Amino acid sequence: MFVLVLGMCPTLGVTSSAINGLGMGLATAFVLMMSNAVISLVKDVIPDKVRIPSFIVIIAAFVTVVQLIMQAYVPELYKSLGLFIPLIVVNCIVLGRAEAFASKNNIISSAIDGIGIGLGFTFALVLLGSIREILGSGKIFNFTIYPEHYVTLIFVLAPGAFIVLGYLIALISRIKKS
Amino acid sequence: MSYIIIIISAVLVNNIVLMQFLGICPFLGVSKRISTAVGMAGAVAFVMVLATIVTYLIQNFVLNKLGLAYLQTIAFILVIAALVQLVEIILKKASPALYQALGIFLPLITTNCAILGVAILTIQKEFNLLEGVVFAVSNAIGFGLALSIFAGIREHLDLQNIPKGLKGTPIALITAGILAMAFMGFSGLV
Repeated sequence: MFVLVLGMCPTLGVTSSAINGLGMGLATAFVLMMSNAVISLVKDVIPDKVRIPSFIVIIAAFVTVVQLIMQAYVPELYKSLGLFIPLIVVNCIVLGRAEAFASKNNIISSAIDGIGIGLGFTFALVLLGSIREILGSGKIFNFTIYPEHYVTLIFVLAPGAFIVLGYLIALISRIKKS
Repeated sequence: MSYIIIIISAVLVNNIVLMQFLGICPFLGVSKRISTAVGMAGAVAFVMVLATIVTYLIQNFVLNKLGLAYLQTIAFILVIAALVQLVEIILKKASPALYQALGIFLPLITTNCAILGVAILTIQKEFNLLEGVVFAVSNAIGFGLALSIFAGIREHLDLQNIPKGLKGTPIALITAGILAMAFMGFSGLV
């Protein structure tokens, strides 16, 4: 994720806390795994020309499933993620993996690829969410670390998302080089 | 009056890119030069307004009537994909000059979350059709505004001496963060 700079909108939008990042990451991972598996099953039936639209419909179907499940069991989280759940459909990571991997491989390896990429994405979201939550509200997963008196509110607001992600990407490419 | 509030709120206070994080991919992707940024903004504006009108009609006259509101996501993304194709074909025939200008950006728009986002927001906020159109137009202006300001800054950044590790995406993101901070100044307006 940090390397490819894909799927930026949810990355920035939902990571105001670690728990939101976790929820969003797992939802995306589920959609990735299921859509990858189904696409690899039906890839031989779909004509090449309508490939992308059919992939999008399959992905949208699973997004709707996730949406309904979350609405039923974790309404609080669903509310705080809001608009970004339906927007998993247009997350470039999901369609990207469908096109690059699931349309060429069998069902088991496609599902595993989906889980792998999904968990990587989840890790990235939780990391970003934790940093922003610690700096911006002095908590992590709702446990207070230091008093609210000292927090830098900007990090849980919009600008903080851009700035923290910018430095994280710089840091990671630095680590990779050395 | 409420229309003015919708406009100010969408263009400045809740700017779609900098405050709501929709359409970040094109925001980072095509903002290296002002001319491409303006082209992209034009294409997005065009599709955004059309898509909002069409999805609004579908939501209210098809999905709600049939009790299929849960199919919203699937229906909307299909409509947008079809619409983008349609716009591309019509533009090619009707106005080759405009097609030349917007052409390469059109296929990218299907996966632009700003379009789907605005369509869903219009439904969620329970706007009527006219309010929806005003909302879509002002969001498109907000997108264009943020994109062209950002492209202008990035053109200058190319000529600056940036620390090696921050080159490329990182400095772009940090710049966007500072720009977002500037836009926070508008937050008292509405």
